[in-house]
Amino acid sequence: MTVPPETSINSETSPSDSKPPARLEMRGVSKSFSGVTVLRRANLTAKAGEVHGLVGENGAGKSTLMKILSGELPRDAGEIFWEGRPAGIESRSDSQRLGISMIHQELSLAPHLSVAANIFLGREPLKGWGALDRRAELEEATRSLAELGFELDASRPVSLLNPAERQLVEIARALTASSGLIIMDEPTSSLSSPEVEDLFSVVEKLKQRGVSIIFVTHRLEELARIADRVTVLRDGAVVHSTEMPRKDFSPLIHAMVGRELRDLFPARKVLPGPVILKVENLSRRGMIENANLELRRGEVVGLAGLIGAGCTELVETLFGAWPPETGEVRIEGKPVSIRAPQDAIRAGMVLITEDRKTTGLALPLPLSHNITLSNLRALVRAGKIGLREEKRVAQKFIERLRIRASSVDQKTASLSGGNQQKAVLAKWLFCEPRIFLLDEPTRGVDVGSRQEIYGLMNELAEAGAAILMISSELEEILGMSDRVLVMRAGRIVKELVTRETSQEEIMHYAALASSNAGEEVH
Amino acid sequence: MRDSMNTGPSNTSNTSSSTLPTPASKPPTRSRHWNWLEKFLPILSLVLLFVALAILSPHFLTLPNLSNVARRTAVINIMALGMTLIIISGGIDLSVGSVMAFSGIAGTMLLQAGLPLPVAILGAMVAGMAWGLINSLLITQLRVSPFIATLGTMGAARGLTLVITDGLPIVRLPRTFGFLGDGNLLQIIPVPLAILLALAFLTGYILKFTRLGRYAFAIGSNREAARYAGIPITRYLIAIYCLAGAFTGMAAMIASSRLMTGQPTAGQGYELSVIAAVVIGGGSLAGGEGSVSGTVVGAFIMSLISNGSNLLGVSPFWQQVLIGSVIVFAVAVDELRKRKQG
Ligand SMILES: Nc1ncnc2c1ncn2[C@@H]1O[C@H](COP(=O)(O)OP(=O)(O)OP(=O)(O)O)[C@@H](O)[C@H]1O
Ligand SMILES: [Mg+2]
Repeated sequence: MTVPPETSINSETSPSDSKPPARLEMRGVSKSFSGVTVLRRANLTAKAGEVHGLVGENGAGKSTLMKILSGELPRDAGEIFWEGRPAGIESRSDSQRLGISMIHQELSLAPHLSVAANIFLGREPLKGWGALDRRAELEEATRSLAELGFELDASRPVSLLNPAERQLVEIARALTASSGLIIMDEPTSSLSSPEVEDLFSVVEKLKQRGVSIIFVTHRLEELARIADRVTVLRDGAVVHSTEMPRKDFSPLIHAMVGRELRDLFPARKVLPGPVILKVENLSRRGMIENANLELRRGEVVGLAGLIGAGCTELVETLFGAWPPETGEVRIEGKPVSIRAPQDAIRAGMVLITEDRKTTGLALPLPLSHNITLSNLRALVRAGKIGLREEKRVAQKFIERLRIRASSVDQKTASLSGGNQQKAVLAKWLFCEPRIFLLDEPTRGVDVGSRQEIYGLMNELAEAGAAILMISSELEEILGMSDRVLVMRAGRIVKELVTRETSQEEIMHYAALASSNAGEEVH
Repeated sequence: MRDSMNTGPSNTSNTSSSTLPTPASKPPTRSRHWNWLEKFLPILSLVLLFVALAILSPHFLTLPNLSNVARRTAVINIMALGMTLIIISGGIDLSVGSVMAFSGIAGTMLLQAGLPLPVAILGAMVAGMAWGLINSLLITQLRVSPFIATLGTMGAARGLTLVITDGLPIVRLPRTFGFLGDGNLLQIIPVPLAILLALAFLTGYILKFTRLGRYAFAIGSNREAARYAGIPITRYLIAIYCLAGAFTGMAAMIASSRLMTGQPTAGQGYELSVIAAVVIGGGSLAGGEGSVSGTVVGAFIMSLISNGSNLLGVSPFWQQVLIGSVIVFAVAVDELRKRKQG
């Protein structure tokens, strides 16, 4: 391949003189938001057919760098080259023209439109005279979903989908935009393992077709399977860029967090005590059937199941987000009636929902207001909110959970994804509950913070709290829980003792279920 | 006044200390000057408008005219304070104008029946609250959207007012009633202006220091998240609409006092001016945004425009065009500012 004239004119800015130019090269990209520097002269190169991992702590600047690449954010300094030529990316349409598409970390679908309409949003198939060709749109979408191996009905409105399914739509949208480069910003954080496998086989196919992929994630084992190279961002600067290691991640982790990390799952120094929560025959039509479970003080119980198995529905019903139709809930032996979230909170039970954007946070509000929202009562004296006390509380949680924010007043929407997740945790910790229902509590959280959150869960358990944790990462469930409940088609089908089980056994009960479930229902 | 009362969440973000070892912050750039300008555009335009009118019309800077402007603004503005709360919570109230007529009639009928003024004012406020209660129940229990619910009560309240009065004004009110609209405190401060200021401080306090205000922001920003946070949304929405209704009752009595009659046709078209005042002051119809200081400035801009047009002999028809343009322009500038902040 000949070197394009643009690069040969100025040889010092083109290190790829002798070799064919990389598909993408970002050089010296800097960015700051109202005086706070987020990216410092970051470089990133991706070759054709390469899967390039991008890792780093929460708030390191990964999403910001990717939004600059896709033209959604302007950069303060730096250059972007595409196939060796200046890419001229100033807006989203410029990057689209080059064939760059992006799967966003915070999903960005139009909820009232169908899956198909979302997949083709902005590039709808048209009939000859300019009207939308809805039939073609539906057929195309159905075909590409099938090709990707995603089991989704293309005609359903997105508002009826759960976060994992929405993520699949977002992936399908980016993939069908058929591109030269696909940015995937934490695409797996809300998927369970079968969908992750589907995604990986798609990635493999794309790679063969010569598509470049930048894959942002906090799960290094995933990168070990699919990535060729990896780049580490720390405080907005690139500190490391190598071949992706297959086994030993410690140099990577060291580069990310600046310290050694042992024992991702710290041991708990407490044995389960007396029963604190007892649930009998909890049912809700079409969601959960006769759920029975017990939680003990000092205990962490894992709740595992595939997408649609009803794990989320179970905890939401327990929390009162949807009133149950039948069933009895006892807390410390006393029957409680939970018709709304405030009833659960009053009884000392909180739910960290899986979708921070829709149910977890009021994003336009300042961070401190979100942290204190569900326990504002505690800050009120004679009808007046103690603003200074509120700041102090928020500050305390920012330090305790190491939330990266420029101040307690920072707009929550402008925090990075992982830091938003920590804000949700802070909000519920401030309620000082006895029972925690955690739905994907570490979604989008970096390794270092994840270990701290596990440590925090242990502290809570040691102080007598009980924890019911849903996770799509079986490793997390095995690492943290005393017992595991497996759900399928709205029922708890199996209880396993964590010490004596394995990922395979859990998957066996969860997956066996899904193939039987269809038959049982009809 | 601006600093103590500005309670929109976005306005507090520049003040507090940083928790990160922030790198030396850059000197203010051109774009930051622009942001600043855009943020203070409402108050700046108010000042410019004031100065321009003072130069253009010899009648503007006279005590009778200024006092007249203050009295007229107070009526719209007091209603706009309640509307600020409603809009922050993600709602809207199209029935304000009709409710104003209804509660004005209720209050003046009490006066006519010989009851003392404070009781009559209370009566008007209770009448306003009753409509607030109806609106909020329609919205929270029947789950009718605020726009439709209040469109319905806008017609119903007006209709009932006409039925009760047979379309005739309530007259022969006690002479002392005039004090509410035309009196002065300490010989110089128009009574309506004093009431406006008191209620503005009250609303500012509510927004900044009480759960009612905080929850209004939360409900307006993300209703689902507010529900999951355990906020009893129904109860707070009822409180918000009732409070706004009470404010409307107060405004109605001031307006009646200025005319010394209870007019069943009062307040027609006021919903536009009231909502416009909130929106010009930075309130967002999507919810979660708005401030008392903004609303007060917005209401004064509106009334200076109409007062100025009258003084300069601009036809009332053109005034409507002017006011419409100002509303659209204000919202456009606000959107631009938000988009830049990302
Ligand atoms: N619009 C904004 N205004 C102010 N600060 C912002 C804005 N957008 C991002 N930031 C800040 O920039 C930093 C980097 O954010 P970014 O989203 O790029 O992090 P990230 O590496 O993707 O983290 P995560 O792993 O949590 O997703 C964060 O500290 C965030 O608070
Ligand atoms: Mg991110």
